[in-house]
Amino acid sequence: MQVNKPSQSLKRPPAPGVDRTTLMLVGALVILLAVGPILPRWAMFMLNVSLSWGTVVLGMLLLMRTGLVSFGTGLYYCLGAYAAGALHHFYGIADVAVMLAASVAVAAAVAVVLGFLLAKYRDIFFAMLSLAFSMILYGLLVKTSALGSTDGFGLSVKTIAGFPLGEWERNLMFSTTVVVAFCAALGMHRYLSSHQGRLASAIRDNELRVEYMGASVRRVIHVNYVISAALAGAGGGLVGIAIGHVDPEMAFWTTSGEFVFIAILAGTGSVLAPFLGAIIFETVRSFAYEYSPNTWQLILGTTMLLVIMFLPGGLWSIFTRRKAA
Amino acid sequence: MGKMFVRAVAGLALAAVAAYSGAADAQQKRDKIRIGFVTFLSGPAAGPFGVPARLAAEAIVEQLNAGKVPAPYDTKGFGGAPLELVVIDEAGGTTKQVSEFRSLVSRQNVDYVIGYISSGDCLAIAPVAEEMKKVTVLFDCGTPRVFEEASYRYVFRTRPHATMDAVAAVRYLLEMKPAVKTYGGINQNYAWGQDSWNDFDLSMKALKPDATVTTSQMPKFGSGQYGAEISALLQSRSDVIHSSLWGGDLEALMMQAVPRGLFRRSQLILVAGEPYLHRLGANMPDGTIVGARGTHGVFAPESTLNTWLHKAYRTKADHDPNYPAYSVALAFLGLKAAFEKAKLEQLGGKGGKEEMEKAPGVGPGDEQLIAAFEGLSFDSPSGRATMSLGKGHQAVMGTAYGTTKRVGGKVTVTNIKRYPAEAVTPPEGMSSPDWIKGGMKK
Repeated sequence: MQVNKPSQSLKRPPAPGVDRTTLMLVGALVILLAVGPILPRWAMFMLNVSLSWGTVVLGMLLLMRTGLVSFGTGLYYCLGAYAAGALHHFYGIADVAVMLAASVAVAAAVAVVLGFLLAKYRDIFFAMLSLAFSMILYGLLVKTSALGSTDGFGLSVKTIAGFPLGEWERNLMFSTTVVVAFCAALGMHRYLSSHQGRLASAIRDNELRVEYMGASVRRVIHVNYVISAALAGAGGGLVGIAIGHVDPEMAFWTTSGEFVFIAILAGTGSVLAPFLGAIIFETVRSFAYEYSPNTWQLILGTTMLLVIMFLPGGLWSIFTRRKAA
Repeated sequence: MGKMFVRAVAGLALAAVAAYSGAADAQQKRDKIRIGFVTFLSGPAAGPFGVPARLAAEAIVEQLNAGKVPAPYDTKGFGGAPLELVVIDEAGGTTKQVSEFRSLVSRQNVDYVIGYISSGDCLAIAPVAEEMKKVTVLFDCGTPRVFEEASYRYVFRTRPHATMDAVAAVRYLLEMKPAVKTYGGINQNYAWGQDSWNDFDLSMKALKPDATVTTSQMPKFGSGQYGAEISALLQSRSDVIHSSLWGGDLEALMMQAVPRGLFRRSQLILVAGEPYLHRLGANMPDGTIVGARGTHGVFAPESTLNTWLHKAYRTKADHDPNYPAYSVALAFLGLKAAFEKAKLEQLGGKGGKEEMEKAPGVGPGDEQLIAAFEGLSFDSPSGRATMSLGKGHQAVMGTAYGTTKRVGGKVTVTNIKRYPAEAVTPPEGMSSPDWIKGGMKK
């Protein structure tokens, strides 16, 4: 998947600290926090889910910059959601902060282990192997009647870091998602401009050269894999809590496919792209459901086709195209 | 870059504003009752369940709006107010369905929601309906977990839950073949298949403790190839084979198993076999025990409502209505009965059709509607339903099983036995597995 021209990554690194992306992120944070409460409820919920998905795709962006496309992001997305759900289901814990911490921890822990194997693989082998792991989780969950099999089970939340949510639950969950997405995007932005982060595109361009320069390709890939899994776990936890229900479908390959869809739609040009991509994907999907309930898949497919044909670098390339010309 | 960026953002903002304001317009109309209807329009459940349900919903709404439904449903629409359907695809999983439910309620401003075939969707939607305080009627999903694990004020289910499918199958089997010694099963490896087999197995253990299980085959959903499973079942030499397969999976199993003579050796029970009787034709062996998950389709008792549904459905399709179509009728007629009961109370407790149609704009609030709906008994093409479980939110009905027999090339069902609700459904406050294990006492 050719997303960025190699020359771009060789450009002078942006000045550390406050750059344009950081400003845009802070701007988006302020706007979303201010606008959230006055949005219609359906729009707030759609944004909530989109931003959570954006967080998942942000992790994929890191892998794609490293030259790897995962068709198994659903594994960590589902693990994150089930970790949050299981806390409620088995231990009666209903605190958003604790649940999210568990989502991230479980996803990251599994990624540390699987990373030893997956960091050896590239291209289609990486994609297929990651897909296989997510389908193993799907198979296990489907066989587990105690967790409701394909029906899944419900979860609910009462507090956030000890404070009761009360009737403000939806608003507070939205704000939490906005803040988590913001922190993830800002952290990713800083990471990508760091030494370790910049090795990602170097690996994609030429692994041998990176090894010659003294960096361990496998270690970088392993670390990036764990970061991407942690973000998928966080996204899964956020979605599980927002929906109030988790089921094995979250690990099914079509879910991972949707994340790849969003990633391609958005492009890897900026840490803001995954969020924009997710919002557009969810908006197009929802209105397609409403206006053409029989052919909504056709509309999504056409959107994808148009983006691939006219914006091969994803939607974000609208903003960067001028600069390059 | 700057100009391009500003333009793009402005474009997006405009599009968003247009979309949102378009949505706002929709809520001003109050002369119609908008009903969100959610059913599978794509995916494996669309053909056998989702699309027949949509056809039935469209036919029923047309008939209701024209005032052509037999008494006691002959008032136009709901209490004189015409109905408008907003149809949404149920495909895509619970995440999308919860999102879409919220959009139906707060963007499309539907007055009521009728929908959901998948049990997973029902479990996910019920708490959201409660949170959004939107009266929601679950029409076709079967899992007893909905009202056995929680209780809801705004959520109703107008069809009985799935426990009775297995319990009645066992009762029927033991009436027809009391000497059963061994039984096996072939069920899809997902919640419906697992639950069906577990309930059947538990019921057999309770009512026929000396019979033994030979094998339980659990092919994955949608696998389509059953060579290995059929071999295992042939080798098991079971007296009885239980199956809850449906759709393309069931058709594939029958095509592959009938030529191998599996059912010459073993008695087959198809819990959800009714919609496939005519499609399978020669591949439906004589003597197969079939159910319709209730007194629907060929098991529906003769009544003017049943005849009406057949006629109405036939205007939309070239085949007879199957059990999802009957489930849809239950949902619409149940909601209508509750609505009109509440509206009559609102109008002073007297009068009827004429009085209601004179004041089409008057309608009960949700609280009055819920009060009227809880515990309601109403007639339907499948017979009489009573909302007596789940604190008055879950319907119970009797059910029926029968045996297939080909007459002149057409598959018919004979030896129909009916079971009253209390023989096949647990009482209030008892979970289905506990009730079955306890010997299914009334």
